[in-house]
Amino acid sequence: MRILLIEDDKEAAAYLVKALREAGHVPDHAPDGDSGAGLAGGGGYDVLVVDRMLPKRDGLSIIEELRVRGDDTPALILSALGQVDDRVKGLRAGGDDYLAKPYAFSELLARVEALGRRRKPGEAETVYRVGDLHLDRLGHTVTRAGQPVPLQPREFRLLEFLMKNAGQVVTRTMLLENVWDYHFDPQTNVIDVHISRLRAKIDKGFGEPLLHTVRGAGYMIRDGAR
Amino acid sequence: MTALGKVVRTTAFKLSAIYIAVFSIFSVFFVLYISYATNELLGEQLQQTIATEIFGLADQYRVDGLPGIVEAIEQRSHQPGASLYLITDVSGRILAGNVSQVPASLLNSSGAEPITVPYDRYAGDGGNNIAMVQVVRLPGGFRMLVGRDVGEREQFREIIGNALAWALALLIGLALLSWFFVSRRVLKRIDSLSATSRRIMAGDLSGRLEVTGTGDEFDRLADSLNAMLDRIEHLLYGLKDVSDNIAHDLKTPLTRLRNRVEAALASPESTETYRAALEATIEESDQLIKTFNALLMIARIEAGSQDAAMTEVEAGAVVRDVAELYEPVAEEKGVELTIDAPEPVTLKANRELLGQALANLVDNALKYADPAEHESRRLTIALSAKRDGDNVVLAVADNGPGIPAADRQRVLQRFVRLEESRSQPGSGLGLSLVAAVARLHHGDIELGDANPGLVVTLRLPISPPQQ
Repeated sequence: MRILLIEDDKEAAAYLVKALREAGHVPDHAPDGDSGAGLAGGGGYDVLVVDRMLPKRDGLSIIEELRVRGDDTPALILSALGQVDDRVKGLRAGGDDYLAKPYAFSELLARVEALGRRRKPGEAETVYRVGDLHLDRLGHTVTRAGQPVPLQPREFRLLEFLMKNAGQVVTRTMLLENVWDYHFDPQTNVIDVHISRLRAKIDKGFGEPLLHTVRGAGYMIRDGAR
Repeated sequence: MTALGKVVRTTAFKLSAIYIAVFSIFSVFFVLYISYATNELLGEQLQQTIATEIFGLADQYRVDGLPGIVEAIEQRSHQPGASLYLITDVSGRILAGNVSQVPASLLNSSGAEPITVPYDRYAGDGGNNIAMVQVVRLPGGFRMLVGRDVGEREQFREIIGNALAWALALLIGLALLSWFFVSRRVLKRIDSLSATSRRIMAGDLSGRLEVTGTGDEFDRLADSLNAMLDRIEHLLYGLKDVSDNIAHDLKTPLTRLRNRVEAALASPESTETYRAALEATIEESDQLIKTFNALLMIARIEAGSQDAAMTEVEAGAVVRDVAELYEPVAEEKGVELTIDAPEPVTLKANRELLGQALANLVDNALKYADPAEHESRRLTIALSAKRDGDNVVLAVADNGPGIPAADRQRVLQRFVRLEESRSQPGSGLGLSLVAAVARLHHGDIELGDANPGLVVTLRLPISPPQQ
């Protein structure tokens, strides 16, 4: 993926560029708001990673400008302000996701990749398939190897989100945000226990496990055979 | 600024000047009006008297002829405080009367209205008397003059004039006096207020403005300002407490972090050691970030900056969401989560923060639920959302160890952790955040005894008071 990183902290930017490259992406870096707006305006990026507080101009205004021009390149806002109202402001300005500093790189990568995928065609799929696991979004049914798997409504949403991002790492905070619509950081491992329950329903008793734990990052659902 | 300039600039001076001007104008008009009106009235009375006398004397003449009227005039002329009388024949010779000299032309002119003229009562008495007279012609060519001295009226006018002058003098005198008193008093108190506030600004936060106990405006002002100072002092000490706590609770893990890295550096080169040290470092810094975030969040909530994110929230739904989120963890620990939200209650709230507050409470309850006790009795955490009048009452009750009554207020403060919980992970900020959320929603938090266990009750108004 071609990623534009607009970030004024040199050290953080250098680290991100290197790490994104190692993860197989093609990052460009703009050190301030003006050059960032110029590069972003040129187009051709899959995802924008925009720091909120930039020299010369505000990160939010860059995104706003793009949206006004009809450019809907997904944008991830990075900010030292992590509070709810700042998040709301960021998303209202046209940002697609919001990540508070400091963050783990795995979190940033998972979110950037999820954003990049969002654009690809097939988003409106009504059935998700991973291996022999099928999820029917309209009928609200799940089957594994042809057998129906009964799920609670929340478990269904959890699986739906994981399968929407199949093959991608999904972090615990992403799950909490997208499945429960909460942005705080629970003290205990609440998400892990939900995952292990889900795992017991979709993987237990079937040959190939599909729901994987990615150490230090989160979870991923993928067809292990491939 | 000169001393005079300072005085002139005071509000007391300006007010006094305005009052003096207004009252002077008012009293001048008032007195002028009174003197004019009385003058008119007295004049009318004089005319009336003259007319009555003329009517009486003319009557006498008609009945008794010339001798009768002469006798009557002679008689009346000698009474004390008599009017003026004069009767002449055709040639102008005085037949009777008590006036020795009037302007000659007067007797030839006779009008319907009395006129004011100078006269002499006795020959050669100076001629500076003034009278209001009327002349009538009697049948047979006789002329009769009747009049009254108007000296009284003049005297009255003089009295009024003097009264006016005195009143004005007194008024100005009193105004000056009251101004002097008021301005001195006001200036003194204001100067004392300014002096105290300057002292407080200079850093003496314990200073308070003087309250004299008279209950006047200055006392009320001083009371309000003192209350404000109390609040500021309280906040400042709170801030100082917090910074002390931050210093302790953030520096301790930072020191640990540093020591660990130092130890790893000093240890013989081994990838394994380094990896372990780095992983521990990340874990420690994550914990630090969490603490820091929680602190910032509390600060932001207390500053009230999240007001914008208030929406209509169904309390029961928040309770169910949180219970649902924690249910698997609770089950894993052998704790039963129950929900009691019989009817939907909607309130104006920040769903995110309300959810986080409840999550913190459930988190705490789970943390202190002792699995060892699971054998002897069922461990439960009961969440409830109920309406009580204009409030929504959210409660999280457990049957765990509880908190001693003496510590219940203290644990709401930042970084306060009871001895028994030191072994548990946590920052000591969870309950502070819950308390801050309750305050943000204009509600309150209460820690009680669930017999056994702890019950935390949030009482939030359904529609927060408008500022």
